Amino acid sequence: MADPMRIRVTEKDGLVTVRVLMSHEMETGLRKDTSGNVVPAHFIRTVTATCQGRVVLSAQWGTAVSKNPFLEFSFKGGKKGDKVVITWEDNKGDRRADEAVIS
Amino acid sequence: MNRSRRNAVKAGGVLALLVAAGIRPALAQGQQWNQAAFAGKTLKDALAALGAQGAATSDAIVIKAPEIAENGAVVPVGVESKLPGTQSIALLVEKNPLPLAASFDLPAGTEPSVTTRVKMGESSDVYVLVKADGKYYFAKKEVKITIGGCGG
Repeated sequence: MADPMRIRVTEKDGLVTVRVLMSHEMETGLRKDTSGNVVPAHFIRTVTATCQGRVVLSAQWGTAVSKNPFLEFSFKGGKKGDKVVITWEDNKGDRRADEAVIS
Repeated sequence: MNRSRRNAVKAGGVLALLVAAGIRPALAQGQQWNQAAFAGKTLKDALAALGAQGAATSDAIVIKAPEIAENGAVVPVGVESKLPGTQSIALLVEKNPLPLAASFDLPAGTEPSVTTRVKMGESSDVYVLVKADGKYYFAKKEVKITIGGCGG
């Protein structure tokens, strides 16, 4: 299981801003290790964000997203104390969900 | 007491639980991964797989990316669409081995603005494809890379 995500969610004037830092290798499958073997691709493919069960963002990623991906977005309709859950799943079927409370 | 009915109710309950358990992750995930688009080796292939061949250029898409990025492994890219009814935003790096980097679906209520970080193998145009009101629009910005982010 990968390390937890770092999620910060703030609300200002009705706009909720979400900042997420995920912990993931994001291997492209194009890189070779020191002995010349191709390092198999290992990357996050889908990311879903929900607020109180409502989907506020769904993303599909390829191998070109940087290692330890960062994501920032905003949505309306959230208030302080609401729970935001971020879920990702990678190409090996690993998944992780973390939550944060809007502050 | 009608025992077979009791058993049927019980079995139904278990079944409902199984269904609920099975369906929950699917809902949380809520989406498929567009294999064809992410496997497209050229900008054209990726755009075709996204169904966006006829996209028009638009000034209403703002790309926030550095003109010169020192490290191609971490290039911050922010996108803001001023097009009304923006439904999705996709990020493509023209000269990457696989151009499509990321695509975001924005439900109603989510601001048409996302920021993330991408890898770039070499200096290239960064394309942003926006789907608004069922139509596709794009904008591009050149980013120069000092150190490549692939291989290395």
